[in-house]
Amino acid sequence: MDIKDITPDQIVFWEWGIVHLNLTIVVTWAVMALMVLGAWLVTRRLSSDFPLSRWENLLEILVQAMQNEVREVSRQSPRLYLPFVGTLFLFILVSNILSVVPGYVAPTASLSTTAALAVCVFVAVPVYGILSSGLRNYLRQYVQPTVIMLPFNIIGELSRTLALAVRLFGNIMSGSKIVAILLALTPIVFPVVMHALGLLTGVIQAYIFAILAMVYIASGTRAQQEREQKQTASPQEKGEES
Amino acid sequence: MEGTSLIGMASVFTAGITIAIGAIGPAIGEGRAVAQALSSIAQQPDELNSITRTLFVGLAMIESTAIYAFVVSMIIIFANPFWDHVVAASGG
Repeated sequence: MDIKDITPDQIVFWEWGIVHLNLTIVVTWAVMALMVLGAWLVTRRLSSDFPLSRWENLLEILVQAMQNEVREVSRQSPRLYLPFVGTLFLFILVSNILSVVPGYVAPTASLSTTAALAVCVFVAVPVYGILSSGLRNYLRQYVQPTVIMLPFNIIGELSRTLALAVRLFGNIMSGSKIVAILLALTPIVFPVVMHALGLLTGVIQAYIFAILAMVYIASGTRAQQEREQKQTASPQEKGEES
Repeated sequence: MEGTSLIGMASVFTAGITIAIGAIGPAIGEGRAVAQALSSIAQQPDELNSITRTLFVGLAMIESTAIYAFVVSMIIIFANPFWDHVVAASGG
């Protein structure tokens, strides 16, 4: 990526009316194809015999770790959440890590990709909330503790979506920008160090994006459960006191 | 002073000031958070996992303010709408 380009959106390969085929879309497709093909190749011949194949082992470790993480954060069964949160994590992780390949620009360095991912989270929070507690109970959460808090709850919902998008974009974009600037100043060793730091940042940001998505989803579902527990627990407490 | 150089000067100055001031708060905040987390880990090494996870999530939240400042300064330098407008108006 050139120093002047702030996002890979500006590199357009093909244009037809309002349809633009830019570098971001092409790279996103490449990442998606790579992940799907890789997963298909590994799971093509699954067997329960030992020893496991090397790649199968890798995938199992990944899924296991994500399951544990989701279970610890949400304190619920990870079954429902793993497909969504795990997909977010793996996509961001792979697209960030692939920046070791020369000439590759991470699609997450474009605000359009990260905004799309954040909008996915924004939509997923009410979907999971309604699934777990019903429409009425989910909507009631917005007027807690009082009706006065309604606009603030809505603003909070919107601003955290914006924060999610800009955080990922800013981190990845700053990584590639710093490498581009250093290549112009000290082209020998120092860019490699910053590139390694950028890889570390990319992995951490993928983790954080997935964890924050999980936290937001869990907060939409957990508030309801806690209220139910309190209601069922409070008569017993009164009984014990008297 | 003509418009182009005035806008260029203001943009460069503001971009520098933006990231300089914008980095102060998050730097102090992250330093305090890490120091607190280290002392917590020293007191309770068993809770390492949950402390580390919470620390990372919290650091990301704190850091996002610095990232906002960075994004704004990048926009001022590389994608400045006022600069583009003046350049387009002068026919360059």
